[in-house]
Amino acid sequence: MAVLVIADHDGSAVRDTTHKTVTAALALSSEVDVLVVGQGAKAVADGAAKIAGVRKVLLAESAGLGKVLAEAVEATVLPLAGGYDAILTPATTDGKNFAPRIAAKLDVAPISDIVEVVSADTFVRPIYAGNALETIQSGDAKKVITVRPTAFAAAAEGGSAPVESVAGAEAPKTTFVAEEMVKSDRPELGAAKIIVSGGRALGSAEEFHTVMEPLADKLGAAIGASRAAVDAGYAPNDYQVGQTGKVVAPMLYIAIGISGAIQHLAGMKDSKTIVAINKDPDAPIFQVADFGLVADYKTAVPELMSALG
Amino acid sequence: MKVLVPVKRVIDYNVKARVKADQSGVDLANVKMSMNPFDEIAVEEAVRLKEGKEHHAAGTATEIVVVSIGVTQAQETIRTALAMGADRGVLIQSDTDLEPLAVAKLLKAVVEEEKPDLVLMGKQSIDGDNNAVGQMLAALLDWPQATFAGKLVIEGGKATVTREVDGGLQTIAAELPAVVTVDLRLNTPRYASLPNIMKAKKKEIAMKAVADYGVDVADRLKVVKVTEPPKRAAGVKVESAAQLVESLKSAGVL
Repeated sequence: MAVLVIADHDGSAVRDTTHKTVTAALALSSEVDVLVVGQGAKAVADGAAKIAGVRKVLLAESAGLGKVLAEAVEATVLPLAGGYDAILTPATTDGKNFAPRIAAKLDVAPISDIVEVVSADTFVRPIYAGNALETIQSGDAKKVITVRPTAFAAAAEGGSAPVESVAGAEAPKTTFVAEEMVKSDRPELGAAKIIVSGGRALGSAEEFHTVMEPLADKLGAAIGASRAAVDAGYAPNDYQVGQTGKVVAPMLYIAIGISGAIQHLAGMKDSKTIVAINKDPDAPIFQVADFGLVADYKTAVPELMSALG
Repeated sequence: MKVLVPVKRVIDYNVKARVKADQSGVDLANVKMSMNPFDEIAVEEAVRLKEGKEHHAAGTATEIVVVSIGVTQAQETIRTALAMGADRGVLIQSDTDLEPLAVAKLLKAVVEEEKPDLVLMGKQSIDGDNNAVGQMLAALLDWPQATFAGKLVIEGGKATVTREVDGGLQTIAAELPAVVTVDLRLNTPRYASLPNIMKAKKKEIAMKAVADYGVDVADRLKVVKVTEPPKRAAGVKVESAAQLVESLKSAGVL
């Protein structure tokens, strides 16, 4: 069987999420091709060709693909779909946007956000905000799957696959208007080894930045936030960790002033080590924390900074 | 403009789901059920399109039809939407929880019957967490889609939607008719007032059956088992920040 991975990239290089999806694809088959959709994305395709285990890279370019409009991705992938038994892409906002669209056109059930490949037709995925794991077997001849990147190791570099161009499509009824990306020099939330995350207890946007940024810089960490902190305007939407935000699984997750609602836990409870700093000893976050410190963040964070040296 | 809003009856978001001992699924007996939180946001936005709240011109939406697919009790979910300001409801009765593909096919049939200019719906249901039906419906209709909407503007035959994407925000314009799926920050849904709850009782809910639509709703996925996620080992409480750093160092984390 042959598998097509639709790459996730930033316009100049493939993201780590693509490497992780290739790992999931290789668990299905050894015949793994990567499709890079974009505009002026030759460098991305060359990067994808270096992922170990990749058979060949297909490069499709168009204006619509540059902004990853779902309709353009769908129209690009459909003519290629005949040659593949499975189509995989990371469960990023882009992947979630176009994968179900492709599945519907192929008349197959999409399989969202898998965390394990049991066999070529059987997968594990979380449901109910991660409170249950569902093992499902697909009866469809073709499978369209999104992969939760944090659940798979990244495929190594060292390949040298050929790159071929394929036709790119447009999205006739949709136009890109603008984008506003959050600028950050810190590690990307999804790929960070350490995440410090702040909640509503921080009280204001100023306080959030004053407290979280020096700590994140000291640890080389990414900054996350609970939904309460995002809704209150303390942190940008993009920082949100949880069922409706990002799902992360860093080596170390430090939750500061976060109570630990079900929806937040859904986004971080697979972290290797969880630390909770909260002044409420009964906060649910302590039930999943490996190390808990019952203290006000106002005293605990400065002490933590000095203890880190 | 006619707006169709699909809503789903799901486990209340505050309830922690329990896996059944026989691993056949999640135990929903005697569990509080509510409207999927994202669907409430979709209903709210549709009502604002009608009332002309915030940046919407009054009367942008002229009729709001709410549709649900599920058990008889899903009427309560539709009734909630009617109390929020929707005009009428359609319930397609089904005793089993249908997969997103089947739901999208049924919704397509409803769209062909109702001919809305806009389908506004939640980005995902908090039970299946699939995040698929809106995109699939758009594909089946060959309509454009705008998912994860944090802001919606209807103007000049287009839905201009600011989408919440990884890394920030993206604004796209989709020609109507279109499918828009909503994210959490689009709005804060209202509570239905008592007079509106009373009025909602008089609004019509058309009762339909899956068979009325001649759509193949057979499951494509077989649930092999549903299990509890692995439990985390009990943690320890430390006394001070210094002890915390020490513990993290000895655990090899720092």
